[in-house]
Amino acid sequence: MTKFQRYLLNKLAWFLVAFATALVMNFLLIRLIPGNPVDAIIGQMAAGGTATGEALQKMYKAYMAEFGLDQPMWKQFLVYLSNLSRGYLGASFRQYPTPVLQLIQQALPWTIALQLPAILVGWTIGNSLGVLVAYKKGLLDKAVFPVSLFISTMPFYCLSIILVYLFAVNWRIFPASGGYSFAMAPGWNWAFIQSALKHYALPFLSLVLVFIGGQAVGMRAMSIYELDADYVRFSRSLGVADNYIVRYIFRNGMLPQVTGLALSIGGMVSGALITEIVFSYPGIGFLLFGAIRNQDYPVVQGITLIIMIAVLTANFLVEVAYGIIDPRIRAATAGER
Amino acid sequence: MTTMTQTRGRRYSSPGVLGGMGRAFLLAAYSPRFLFALTVFLLILSFGFLGPIILGRHDALMTVGGLYDKPSSTAWLGTDNFGRDVFTQLMYGIRTSLIIGFIAGSIATTLGLLIGTTAGFVGGTVENVLMAITNVVITIPSIVILILLSIAISTRSIVVMGMIIGITSWPWTARAVRAQASSLRTREHVDIARLSGAGTLSLIFSEIVPFMLSYVVMAFVLQLSSGILQEAALSMLGLGPSGNVSLGIMLQWALLWESVRTGAWWAFLPPALLLTLIAFSLLLLQSSIDEIFNPRLRRS
Repeated sequence: MTKFQRYLLNKLAWFLVAFATALVMNFLLIRLIPGNPVDAIIGQMAAGGTATGEALQKMYKAYMAEFGLDQPMWKQFLVYLSNLSRGYLGASFRQYPTPVLQLIQQALPWTIALQLPAILVGWTIGNSLGVLVAYKKGLLDKAVFPVSLFISTMPFYCLSIILVYLFAVNWRIFPASGGYSFAMAPGWNWAFIQSALKHYALPFLSLVLVFIGGQAVGMRAMSIYELDADYVRFSRSLGVADNYIVRYIFRNGMLPQVTGLALSIGGMVSGALITEIVFSYPGIGFLLFGAIRNQDYPVVQGITLIIMIAVLTANFLVEVAYGIIDPRIRAATAGER
Repeated sequence: MTTMTQTRGRRYSSPGVLGGMGRAFLLAAYSPRFLFALTVFLLILSFGFLGPIILGRHDALMTVGGLYDKPSSTAWLGTDNFGRDVFTQLMYGIRTSLIIGFIAGSIATTLGLLIGTTAGFVGGTVENVLMAITNVVITIPSIVILILLSIAISTRSIVVMGMIIGITSWPWTARAVRAQASSLRTREHVDIARLSGAGTLSLIFSEIVPFMLSYVVMAFVLQLSSGILQEAALSMLGLGPSGNVSLGIMLQWALLWESVRTGAWWAFLPPALLLTLIAFSLLLLQSSIDEIFNPRLRRS
């Protein structure tokens, strides 16, 4: 076994331990609710008169059987695991018997379509801006830095709220809520795509601005650190052209930023939860919001599981990529040092 | 500050010895950014804590008008969806948010410091076990644990909210503190103290922790800020402190009752701006402390 394989195996082991912990947490925490979640929700439904007695009883039986809630904890956990291994996340309480997985599958594309472009665009622009202002200093730095700092510290949902108010309510340039016009059925036709794009603009803008700010601030700090390095002074004394030096700095400052990119892609599912709520955008955040309000625990649990899987997988991939990209780790694992 | 040459961290220098603290205070007094950030934060703090007393507003949940009344001479920032005074709520909201942030920040920093120094200073198996736990906790997204915990605890007081947020946000501090502690451990002054017969606890508290103080203060400031924002995020998801007003809860009501779309700016703009202002002043505070202790960051 080469050292690199051992490195990978080590990281894989960590991934599995974290994954197991996450599964246990996801199973256990939701069961901390006094009584059990089924009792809680059925009691509430009965009090609210949202379902007839017979239907409630049917639901109650189905749930007890499905999650084995009348059985001891360890048996419940086995039931939970075997359900998961079949890719079954349970059925929604509120939209019984729609499977949770189906609800998530409907919402996830909206979230990804909103977040992925915002992350990629924001990352590219933000990093270029960061290097540039660190290198040029002077007026540009004085103007760009405080603005990016302010925008990046602004909680993204606050920016979303203000953007909705200005662009959708005050100036009426963009629609204020939803992922598409309510008068339309989703489909691949031009009118629908046009409507979706119109609804897309504001949430996208609010995410991308915050992302640009955050990346620019981070990259500026990295670049200032690199500017002090010997190789920059040496290149300067040799009279190397500015744009070459900037390129060197960029490559050296990049490593942590690449990690940041991968982690934000992993955190994509949970990254815009509240932005989606502000815009009533039909993604995961909006689904979660509704589920929390309706005490639809299976849906909440399904979403938290998806978020954890995405983040843990991204973390693992970053570690693997580091083993390949980072010359220090590469050297250590190949025994070159 | 001779210790500067031995820095190990990338962005954070090790602090000066306590003797250097006096100089740090002097530098702070001449750092306009530090003074500015501190002033803004203190103003917000006194608005939340002294405001209700000075202005004699004792009940944030009292109904004084109708649905989204416009700002007037009696209700300076209008009323919210239940006809309650927004200005009064804002003061109490700041107070709740700050208290939750303080509790969360204190717990997170203490846990991080405790776990980090123990791991870094003791080393060996203890270090391996503690860091293994930290590494696992770090990878599990804290928002998920926050959501699940908040759902499980159906009545959440301010203190409980702070605790929930605190116990989910210590790992980064623990990791950074461990790195510093394990490098400090090999310093000569620690050896001298050990040779003079100092015990482990006394070594940690008089030879290790004072040297990390500037870092710990910065970590606390950031944890405070993130605790406030986490509370706001949870509140907007509908999992805020029960029976209280916080900046996040004000935003949640404003969104639920469509104040944004009906143009009632007084219901959502003040809490949104204040959250931003708190986060911004705390970040500025942190980065100016960083500059005071780390001369490499000072740019002419």
